Amino acid sequence: MNALTLWFHKIGSPPTFYRIAGALAPWCYAIGFLLGLVALYGGLVLAPRDYQQGDAYRIIFIHVPCAWMGLFAYFFMAANAFIALVWRIKLSEILAMASAPIGAAFTFITLVTGSLWGKPMWGTWWSWDARLTSELVLLFLYLGVIGLYAAIEDRRQAARAAGFLALIGIVNLPIVHFSVNWWNTLHQGSTVRLLGPSKIAPDMIWPLLTMALATHIWFFGSLLARTRVGLLELDGGKEWVRAIALADAATSRPTEQAHD
Amino acid sequence: MRPGSTSAACAALVSRDLTLVWRRRGDALNPILFALIVVALFPLALGPEPEQLRRIAAGVVFVALLLAGLLALDTLFRGDYEDGSLEQLVLSPHPLSLLLACKIAVHWLTTALPLIVIAPLLGELLHLPGEVRGVLVLALLLATPLLSLIGAVCVALTVGMHRSGMLLALLVLPLYVPVLIFGAGACSAAQAGLPFLAPLLWLAAALVLALVLAPLACAAALRISLS
Amino acid sequence: MPPSHDSHDRPALLEARGLAFSRNDEPIFGPLDFVLRAGEVVLIEGDNGAGKSTLLRVLSGLLAPTSGEIRLDGEPLTLARLSPRVALLSHHTGLKHELSAIENLRFAAGLHGQRKGMSPPSALGGVGLEGYADVAVRQLSAGQKKRVALARVLLAPVGLWLLDEPYANLDLDGIKLVNRLLENHANRGGAALITSHGAYAYTSGTPRKVALRASSPAQAGEAKT
Repeated sequence: MNALTLWFHKIGSPPTFYRIAGALAPWCYAIGFLLGLVALYGGLVLAPRDYQQGDAYRIIFIHVPCAWMGLFAYFFMAANAFIALVWRIKLSEILAMASAPIGAAFTFITLVTGSLWGKPMWGTWWSWDARLTSELVLLFLYLGVIGLYAAIEDRRQAARAAGFLALIGIVNLPIVHFSVNWWNTLHQGSTVRLLGPSKIAPDMIWPLLTMALATHIWFFGSLLARTRVGLLELDGGKEWVRAIALADAATSRPTEQAHD
Repeated sequence: MRPGSTSAACAALVSRDLTLVWRRRGDALNPILFALIVVALFPLALGPEPEQLRRIAAGVVFVALLLAGLLALDTLFRGDYEDGSLEQLVLSPHPLSLLLACKIAVHWLTTALPLIVIAPLLGELLHLPGEVRGVLVLALLLATPLLSLIGAVCVALTVGMHRSGMLLALLVLPLYVPVLIFGAGACSAAQAGLPFLAPLLWLAAALVLALVLAPLACAAALRISLS
Repeated sequence: MPPSHDSHDRPALLEARGLAFSRNDEPIFGPLDFVLRAGEVVLIEGDNGAGKSTLLRVLSGLLAPTSGEIRLDGEPLTLARLSPRVALLSHHTGLKHELSAIENLRFAAGLHGQRKGMSPPSALGGVGLEGYADVAVRQLSAGQKKRVALARVLLAPVGLWLLDEPYANLDLDGIKLVNRLLENHANRGGAALITSHGAYAYTSGTPRKVALRASSPAQAGEAKT
């Protein structure tokens, strides 16, 4: 067994992953947050006004990266679900299930920011344009996975069933997008494209990409934190979890010990 | 047919399921009644003007049939799950996907086909234009088996859950969206005088794919659920 | 003559090594080791909740064990290899209530085939229910339903019977019937694994017993052969 495979096996072991994730997660949160602040400053303050939409367009600095994350999280979830179903790896099961709520949250933010953008642009809180409708269906896909995972008692069976659903969903995603586009053109729906016909200026690109990076890092931070909880849940009876629980109990007990 | 061969097994399963439906034939009316009620609610909610109803007729019929089918989906595996026959199917020496395909086929025949037969009547209640009627029936003939096949996979994932109705609806909705869009869209196109062949062909292609893949996915989902 | 005397020179039909199963990290049974040979009847004893039904489901291929392995004729067990050779009687009867007894058996014959020399009517006769052929299962008593389920197992052309609580719901005659069926099956060279919570045991000869105690991590079930 070469070094790379050995390393993978080591990382995949729950206690090791628990430790590593515990060390990495706070860093991911911090860096993600800071990068996000930088991106917001660039987007809200530094970037010039759009000649068509004025200042209202600035919401894309949140809307677009969140939309990208919603999709990325789904692919991440589906990839892990595939690994979990084919090779029955516990860690992949947990990673897949942990990414679902995060992806759902990003999708929800995408919908809300899209809605907030819509009000000044089209005068309405909601529009059935192709993108928003596809995004709504994506949210339902996430909710389905989360709901199915919650509805089954046996945690591993639940992860397998919800993972299976996620895989079906990923096949469905391009089909939905395609059909919604067709539906939109058939009914001569709103042809306003969310990003407008104007080319995106370089001053607008870097905050967008920075925010995209920030959300990715934040995603991993959140994922690692959730996975730690998932590992504790799943391995509840095992030695390493018991050791952690005892250690935690010892440190949180009020110190009445005799001084040394 | 040799007893114990796969074709004998499929024939026995189809015959058994048809007999079961016949023994409880009163229940077979439920989807029809439900679709009728749904269709009747729309004029009551929106007003009786024929012009307004005509515009939404095909879509409403489609939605009503989709919802009725969704309710009927629950009966696909529930009975067999509760008395242990489903386990026996899994344990039989025949390909589970083939057996499930037979079950889904009988289910479609006994729940969806009657709905398609009354679809023109439902359309008439909403003043559906005569020339769209044919497209509506054709679209339903292509869409409803798709809905049954896709729905079967989702039912397999939730088999045995009590009160799984809402969860099932949540699971199938994203999968039903394209079918509804193309099916009802073909009718809208026909009604507007636009070409409507493309969406029907998409449905047909999807149906062919689903006929092959859905039973396999259903068998895999069932094995996960029964484990 | 009870077949258990000289069973050790017969090839192993089913072999379990270190078999264990847990759900949500709660151990249900195991680790378990035992061997089942042709012509044997093995009784799995244990209180309610000891995991007997789960063990049968694992042995039938419906559930994958958490650890350990099962071998069928020396090769690892797969559902595809096992299903033509096993009949499972679980808590549920596997009968449709709206169909008559004979209709249920005819369906079983269509699905699994039928034992040579046996037919749905003769199987019903074999469990003492001739005359009940056309009665809807819905109208049968619990004991009679159990007999129809046993007829289904009897009809199947398989060598391995996995019976979960076969004595449940049966009267004294029914218990004798089960024992007779098991004895005939063993004498024919078949094998059977039955579970019971100990109230009525297989009385023909001395079946080998496997005891499952309700599991805690400290005391998993052991095989006593």
